[in-house]
Formats: sequence, C-alpha cells, structure tokens
Amino acid sequence: MSNVGIVIVSHSPLVAEGTADMVRQMVGEEVPLAWCGGNGHGGLGTNVEAIMGAIDKAWSEAGVAILVDLGGAETNSEMAVEMIGEPRAQKIIVCNAPIVEGAVMAATESSGGASLKEVVATAHELSPS
Amino acid sequence: MAALNLARLIAVAAETIAAHAEELTALDQAIGDGDHGLNMKRGFEAVRAEADAFAAKPLPDALKAIGTKLVMTVGGASGPLFGTLFMALGKEIAADPDRNNLAAAFGKAVDAVAARGKSQIGQKTMLDVLQPVHDALAGGKTAAEIADIADAAAEATVPMKALRGRASFLGERSIGHMDAGARSTALLVRSVGQAIGESA
Repeated sequence: MSNVGIVIVSHSPLVAEGTADMVRQMVGEEVPLAWCGGNGHGGLGTNVEAIMGAIDKAWSEAGVAILVDLGGAETNSEMAVEMIGEPRAQKIIVCNAPIVEGAVMAATESSGGASLKEVVATAHELSPS
Repeated sequence: MAALNLARLIAVAAETIAAHAEELTALDQAIGDGDHGLNMKRGFEAVRAEADAFAAKPLPDALKAIGTKLVMTVGGASGPLFGTLFMALGKEIAADPDRNNLAAAFGKAVDAVAARGKSQIGQKTMLDVLQPVHDALAGGKTAAEIADIADAAAEATVPMKALRGRASFLGERSIGHMDAGARSTALLVRSVGQAIGESA
C-alpha cells in the first residue's frame, strides 16, 4: 500500500487497541495500521521489540508515523527506529501529538494520499508547543 | 588497568540491583510509575543469564551486546536509557582501555544518554550521577572514591525538582525524593568499582 502507515504505541494495550479501533472507523483499510501496548510481561509499559514489530506490520514505502502516549513510549519508539536502522529509519517519524486525536488525524490525512511530512505536520498541529 | 573479569562484574551488578529492587521500586512509586526496581532486576538478570557469552566477546562488542539486551528486556524509559549508555560506551571504548580512553568513552556515552532522554544536568535524572562519575574518572579518582561520589550525587537529586520523565508531572511535589534512576546508576557504579577492586 502506498499510503503512510500509522503505528500506535501506548503503555496500555487497551488504549492502543481502542485508539486503533477509532482510526479504523475513520479510514477503514485504506491505511496500514498497527498498535502495541504493555511491557510484554502483562503489565503497563512499552517495549522496543513490540514497537519494531508494529512498524514492520504497518510498513509502507511512503513511511510510517508513530503516535505515542507518555515519555517511555516516545523514548522506546525512538530506540526502535534507531535499531531498525537505515534506510527505513529515515522514513519513520515519532509524532509529538496527543495519541488518540493524533492517530485519527494522521490516519485521515494519510488516507487522502498525503506524504509522510504532511501526515506528521497534521498531527503536530494538535500540540500547543 | 587490571584485567577485567566481565562475567564477575555482571554477576555483582545483577546481584546488587536484585538486592535493591524493592528500594528502587519504592523510590519510583514516590514520584514515578513504580516499575523501576522490577524492570531493572529483570533486565540485569537477563544479562546475567548470558554473562559467559558476553564475557567471551571483545570488550566493545560485549558492551554493545549488553546494551541491546537491556533495551530489549528492561522496558520503561530506563531500558533505552541504560541500554544506550552501554551501547555508546561499547562504540567508543578500546578493547583494552586505559583510564584516558575509559573516561573519554564514558563521556561520549553520557552525551548519548542525554540525547536519548532529551535531558541535561540538574533535571533530577541519572545524568546527575553520570556526569560527576565521568568527571571523577577523568580526574583520576579511585574506584572507591568514584563510588562515594556517585552515592553523594544520587543523594543530591533529593532536593531537585524533576523536569523530565513521569516525575516532572508532579512539579514541586517531586522535591524531597531521590530519583530512582540516579540511585540505580550509583548502585551500578559501586558494583563496577567492587568488581574491579576484586580483580586488581
């Protein structure tokens, strides 16, 4: 698929899955989408391996935008991008945006065929800073 | 430098973290999300399980592999932060480092942690221990002196206001508690000093 992929990374698998449900309701199957949440041991948290797997699942040659919730999700996502390495790493961006609104807005933008840069900019508009 | 027994060093570090896991969790519960002790214990036990394989590698490769293992097993924000410390150290260190090389490599590793966490000194994080430890390394201090400097630096995070991580959400209320990452960093520094002392 040529539309930008969306990855949702939350500390909570329930939040991640619920956010993905909302995205699907908006854009159906037009956008590659994956989510992950939880520390891999049944608790809250995020883990690099799961994030790398989600990026693989949502991979698009147009790139992937990652939406995260709290700090560890961002740090772990950036680590995952670094471990995936070039050339794919330059097509993956961790967005600074609220996770639910950001994911829905980014996916909607992506479903219209927007570039990675445009998708990420749409998500960033939701953040005041 | 005395020949480093890496397997022994890993064992001492893993035992120290395990012995302090509840203390670290309690510190993290006070101003964070309360998973630090368990996360660190899980990560260092995973490293310990493969200690012999790590020890068989040249030092730079061993440190990089330990860092990757920590990234994959610690979780939380600590996984990438401690993992980055070891990975960057492995990238910069010589196979048989002298003090100058160790201090320089450690300095680069501290910079890498700061970049990963988008943080700097004085924000109540592990950096507040790492930086004084680097300075002590560069200044020729002994392992015992460096361990004491690390403990004092962790203690010095108590009156700081957290500006990074979950603790920063608490603002002023983060004052009066030691940062859990600073404490675990100090514990690791003492472990390394102890293991090196044994082999000296």
